[in-house]
Amino acid sequence: MAFTAGVITFPGSNCDRDMAVAIEAVSGKPATRIWHGDAALPDGLDFIAVPGGFSYGDYLRSGAMAANSPVMRAVAEAAARGVPVLGVCNGFQILTETGLLPGALMRNAGIHFVCREVPLIVGNDTSLFTTKYSAGQEIVIPVAHHDGNYYADDETLDRLEGEDQVAFRYAQNPNGSARDIAGVLNAKGNVLGMMPHPERMIEAAQGGDDGRVLFEAVFEGLSVA
Amino acid sequence: MKVNVHVSLKPGVLDPQGRAIHHALEGLGFTGVNDVRAGRLIALDVADDTSDEALDDMCRKLLANMVIENYRIEKVG
Repeated sequence: MAFTAGVITFPGSNCDRDMAVAIEAVSGKPATRIWHGDAALPDGLDFIAVPGGFSYGDYLRSGAMAANSPVMRAVAEAAARGVPVLGVCNGFQILTETGLLPGALMRNAGIHFVCREVPLIVGNDTSLFTTKYSAGQEIVIPVAHHDGNYYADDETLDRLEGEDQVAFRYAQNPNGSARDIAGVLNAKGNVLGMMPHPERMIEAAQGGDDGRVLFEAVFEGLSVA
Repeated sequence: MKVNVHVSLKPGVLDPQGRAIHHALEGLGFTGVNDVRAGRLIALDVADDTSDEALDDMCRKLLANMVIENYRIEKVG
């Protein structure tokens, strides 16, 4: 099956190329690049990635401006149809601002920008994105963010945990995130937001390939479907 | 019509920026500061016939993130 992935670029995105490189490395096919002003997505996308960066200069709140861009309305419609959507870092912030994922990403509890490799514990291992990991497995993926402090009210956090929507937790919480949450899935399991950057861990030269596994899982999962 | 929208973190939501400002004030030697919460003021100039409902809608859809923030609308003239 031909695998068609799209990577969204906003003014201020800076991980869009890394994301496209990671997707091509795994799938062998270049990702379609999509500009933020496009009101419609290309036909037949199998997978959409919302990359990291500082869209619109983080004006108002991180992700708030991008969440109201024309292309995100189209992404929300695609997600509602079941198209898998991955948001990384600023992409995660954008997905919470659009309401595709619960909660919000606040300023890091320690105030500082955090840029380093962090150990993560895999939570959910049954979603399209996480089937090639095992629950409880420790993986290492880098973070680089100022606003990665995941917040949701207790009721929402209980629901996320009860419904197995926590994809990744920090083994050592770098930003004050509630219940050490590093990545969450929507209720249907086709939208994943995470602060760590899997696209920066796709080959040994980058220090490991724990992130590549996520893209392989998506590619193989969609190829079988 | 001039409208000030005050956006603040909900009570109970940790405010790292407020905490850092608090520490900085103490570092400058100011005593007796019990707590600091940082917020945002957004000053709007809108048509005089803008409805309260429309202002509310602006706050809920964009100016505040209702997951973590409250807002207060103040008409200043």
